[in-house]
Amino acid sequence: MTGMTRIQTRFAACAAEGRAALVTFVTAGDPDFETASAILHALPEAGADIIELGVPFTDPMADGIPVQLAGQRALKAGQTLKKTLAMVEAFRAAEHDTPIVLMGYYNPIYVYGVERFLSDAKAAGVDGLIVVDLPPEEDAELCLPALAAGVNFIRLATPTTDDKRLPKVLQNTSGFVYYVSMTGVTGGSIANYDAVGEAVARIKRHTDLPVAVGFGVKTAADAAAIAKGADGVVVGSSLVERVRLSLDAQGKATEKTVSAVTSLVAELAAGVRSAARAAA
Amino acid sequence: MNAPHTPNTYRSGPDENGRFGMYGGRFVAETLMPLILELEQAYEAAKADPAYHAETAYGLKHYVGRPSPLYYAERLTEYFRDKAAASGLSGGAKIYLKREELNHTGSHKVNNVLGQILLARRMGKKRIIAETGAGQHGVATATLCARYGLECIVYMGAVDVARQAPNVFRMQMLGATVVPVESGTKTLKDAMNEALRDWVTNVADTFYCIGTVAGPHPYPAMVRDFQSIIGKETREQMQELEGRLPDSLIACIGGGSNAMGLFHPFLDDPSVEIYGVEAAGHGIPTGLHAASLTGGAPGVLHGNRTYLLMDADGQIKDAHSISAGLDYPGIGPEHSWLHDVGRVSYLSATDEEALEAFQLISKLEGIIPALESAHALARVAELAPKKPQDHLMVVNLSGRGDKDIPQVAEILAAR
Repeated sequence: MTGMTRIQTRFAACAAEGRAALVTFVTAGDPDFETASAILHALPEAGADIIELGVPFTDPMADGIPVQLAGQRALKAGQTLKKTLAMVEAFRAAEHDTPIVLMGYYNPIYVYGVERFLSDAKAAGVDGLIVVDLPPEEDAELCLPALAAGVNFIRLATPTTDDKRLPKVLQNTSGFVYYVSMTGVTGGSIANYDAVGEAVARIKRHTDLPVAVGFGVKTAADAAAIAKGADGVVVGSSLVERVRLSLDAQGKATEKTVSAVTSLVAELAAGVRSAARAAA
Repeated sequence: MNAPHTPNTYRSGPDENGRFGMYGGRFVAETLMPLILELEQAYEAAKADPAYHAETAYGLKHYVGRPSPLYYAERLTEYFRDKAAASGLSGGAKIYLKREELNHTGSHKVNNVLGQILLARRMGKKRIIAETGAGQHGVATATLCARYGLECIVYMGAVDVARQAPNVFRMQMLGATVVPVESGTKTLKDAMNEALRDWVTNVADTFYCIGTVAGPHPYPAMVRDFQSIIGKETREQMQELEGRLPDSLIACIGGGSNAMGLFHPFLDDPSVEIYGVEAAGHGIPTGLHAASLTGGAPGVLHGNRTYLLMDADGQIKDAHSISAGLDYPGIGPEHSWLHDVGRVSYLSATDEEALEAFQLISKLEGIIPALESAHALARVAELAPKKPQDHLMVVNLSGRGDKDIPQVAEILAAR
């Protein structure tokens, strides 16, 4: 690593292979701390290039039902932000190269204390943050302190982010840009792949950062379709649904829980690799 | 936290970033950001347009039925004077009730909804969404959507749908679609989450009509402006009746819109004492309450920084109150600021105290108050006897209690 961040290095490596990166979202502590830790450790080998680790919150207003339920399972099992950082630290001790991005809402971080959080997150091996309810208008809260602390702050761009607003959104973004494929919550369905491709091209005219696309990517075929035009493909809801469907009647993890997730990750990884990249 | 210094005026907020001191702001997903900027622009343009003011003034007078009376509650005043005398005191404030319960739809909520619906029309939005707790804001929104021929979808926690059945039926009669929210704790905060999820999905044609002085900027300021008619009228009416300003104001607080509406025009009158009353539920020490200022801490939820009920990990806790309209774990950001700078005193009243006041006002004045408003009246019982007889006290009777009668009857029958 010659001054490159883990996220830059990973996107560069995927680009060198002529493919998009697979970004997998799972919720920290879902369905319990031990099982979620086991899932996390198994993700890189299953084919995840970058891991988004969801920080559970009681009021996830940008999430659809699958991610809402995953957060509720985790909170019920006693997950906290502190435990999530401990989970990352244990992962990082075993796996050096796969970037971890924490994704969630501002309040748990605000209550933890921004300075203390950034220092603990950096020490644990967190590479970036996606905080849904912090638009550029609130950059002074966490984005600028994160950049100063050497933690990437990954911004969401959406179909409502027009060309006039895009520079503002991109200004303090680092690591990559997360393009939200639709107006809606996580777990919806993509109606128009062409529109997504056009939007990615539009963003790329404004930035050199990699652009990953998320919201509505569920299957290997979806991943392959998106991977044609994007630098990364984010899959979340269908993975946490795999967790839910693997649980027993009491909602506890079973021996199938980890493999239920990793088997889908492997399919998605194959999907990403099957897509011929559009010429850059 | 540093002690905030006393500002020159308490009425200049919010700043250009939507902040009241450290509170407020625009903590929303990027998808919504262009929408709230558009709303802010549209509201600023409307504020500068005499035609918009004329339209709202007409609606407030002829459809809502304003001005609402400022009524001297003679028997209530005598009652507290007798109580004061019984404990050897000569006091007992002169109590006035600001009769917001006489508005069309039965509460202050309509003042705000009228302003927002007329704004939505100016913006060409055809689909209105709202959240509701007790159903008063939902009913007001459904009413004005009926009046102006707009589609109306009201999100309501499944728990509240069950305990406020009459209001659900009213909304349906008015042509609204009521969506029971099954996510999270199935109460007002979850209804607000679901409304935000709707808005983020239906960005092009939808106007989100928020019911209280909370949410991302410009909502706290805009809703306050619409509700300030309460305080403006009170000022004029008291001048007419008594030739001077009132000495104190009291209002209940959930999100805090009826209180802010009454308080705001008086914030820079230092002689006017101002009291907000939060819902203490089973009592603050039990942890089962809805008193964000008394029992919470600053956090970020639903687009703004404000006092919230939450645990040490920043997870939002359930609020508890006999009154569905106060059952919210947050409060408008301007109240948080007024609390920190000390301009307004924030008190609380328990379920039991509110229930007592509910019965007392019904019997003494022939006015059945909403359980929400009964919280303010409960603190009057404590404050009024301690004030001299020439002390003019205004209580905001924010809503009528018809909707609460089945619930109160059930509670009293069980005793």
